[in-house]
Amino acid sequence: MIRMTDVEMEYGNGTEAIRGLSMDVEDGEFVFLVGPSGSGKSTLTKLLTGEVTPSAGRIMVNGFAVSSITDRKLPLMRRTLGVIFQDFRLIEKKTVYDNLAFVMRAVGASGKDIRHRIPYVLKLVGLEDKARSFPNELSGGEQQRVAIARALVNNPETIIADEPTGNLDPERSWELMELLVRINELGTTVLVVTHEKDLVNQFSKRVVTIDQGRIISDQIGGYVGGSIHA
Amino acid sequence: MRNIGYYIREGIRNMFSHGFMSFAAVGITVACLVIMGTFTLVAVNLNENLKDLERENEIMAFVDDSYTEDEARALQETLEKIDNVRLVNFITRAEALKIFQSEHPDQELYQDLDPQILRDRFAIRVESLEELRETKEKIKAVTGIADVNAYENISDGFITLRNVATVLCVSLILILFVVSVFIIANTIKLTTFDRREEIAIMRMVGARNSFISWPFVYEGFLLGIFSAVVAFLLQWALYEGVTRGVAESQSLQLFRILAFSEFWKPVAGSFLAAGMLMGVGGSLSAIRKFLDV
Repeated sequence: MIRMTDVEMEYGNGTEAIRGLSMDVEDGEFVFLVGPSGSGKSTLTKLLTGEVTPSAGRIMVNGFAVSSITDRKLPLMRRTLGVIFQDFRLIEKKTVYDNLAFVMRAVGASGKDIRHRIPYVLKLVGLEDKARSFPNELSGGEQQRVAIARALVNNPETIIADEPTGNLDPERSWELMELLVRINELGTTVLVVTHEKDLVNQFSKRVVTIDQGRIISDQIGGYVGGSIHA
Repeated sequence: MRNIGYYIREGIRNMFSHGFMSFAAVGITVACLVIMGTFTLVAVNLNENLKDLERENEIMAFVDDSYTEDEARALQETLEKIDNVRLVNFITRAEALKIFQSEHPDQELYQDLDPQILRDRFAIRVESLEELRETKEKIKAVTGIADVNAYENISDGFITLRNVATVLCVSLILILFVVSVFIIANTIKLTTFDRREEIAIMRMVGARNSFISWPFVYEGFLLGIFSAVVAFLLQWALYEGVTRGVAESQSLQLFRILAFSEFWKPVAGSFLAAGMLMGVGGSLSAIRKFLDV
């Protein structure tokens, strides 16, 4: 669950990235966050993951007050999130299996849990036979699915995908979105940040549009048209 | 501590997967250790030689003229009981004259002197030159001792020389140590820079700082120990080489060089301790900046 109340973000250089933004995402929701370049999408993602602290307002993520979180609690908050990046950010020197095992180990999972969980997650993203491959042996779409598997492996409450299809062709992008929808149907809250209008319009999901740091529309079913989200 | 195996494995793996950086860090640590080691060993030898010179410094205690030789000899026991007295050597008038004459073989005038013009005396050597003055006073207070001759100025000179040498050595070694830690920190910083992506991912999935740091600390620890072993062997070879060189040289015969076997244990111990400290200290200071939010 995400709850943002009157959030403002002004960077040190005076750039006002977010101006009085309020938004709620309930547990189990699937939300597209769309907007042109420079609209504040990236800042919003950074605010949610605790990489930057807001200048004003309050942010709650899965029960943690991110806007005033301590260094000790920050890792615990991040364990409730699975983050997916445009450039995948896999570790090139590790196999697919080790890329996943290492984030499980990072949160203190036992060897037994790791051996049970990884095959399950790889099957979910359709990469069960790629466990021993290295990232550079995989296609872009496959690499992004590894990144999704990594985001899922610690069983997060919320997945935040920052331009996940930015480096993929339209067909792969579509498959990837389908995968995220399926994950959402299994109970995980999903927030997809994107500027790909066509893709968003193919799904009947809640779409929050921001521009110049403000929400300009919040409705179901795409950039334009559809019903106003209650 | 379920992850301890992982930390050690990662530490070792990192060491090999960043071969060049490890090589650089080890090279620099070894260089620093050997420079510090050589400096310390030179200082220790210098100090030892100065102590030898100090030991040669004698106090002459002259016995009262009215004492017979036997009476004079009886004073030896009393003198030996005085604090700080290391060695008491009785010299009769006749012996003193012989020594005097042998020191001036060209002066015919001295050759037929009567020993009676000289006094029986004790040549006294002390443990510590620092207390020379008090010891001199105590000797003077012994009944039967007419006069005491001690070269306080010379001994003061030795003490000052030794103090200056010690302060100089200790401060140089400290400076070298700080410089070494700094260089190693920078070297390890380069290896962490190499892995900032990996660290960023760990942070993003909610790894605690300790989980991120431990492999680096082990890596630093292992590099430190490895450097210490290499540095020790190098230092040993170097020392033996110099010892042999000095032994063969004519002009350096005066120097007494301590055998390496006399202090290999403290050398090995301090190399290990310094190596580990530099390695761990270096890696901790290097990763600190990556652990900020």
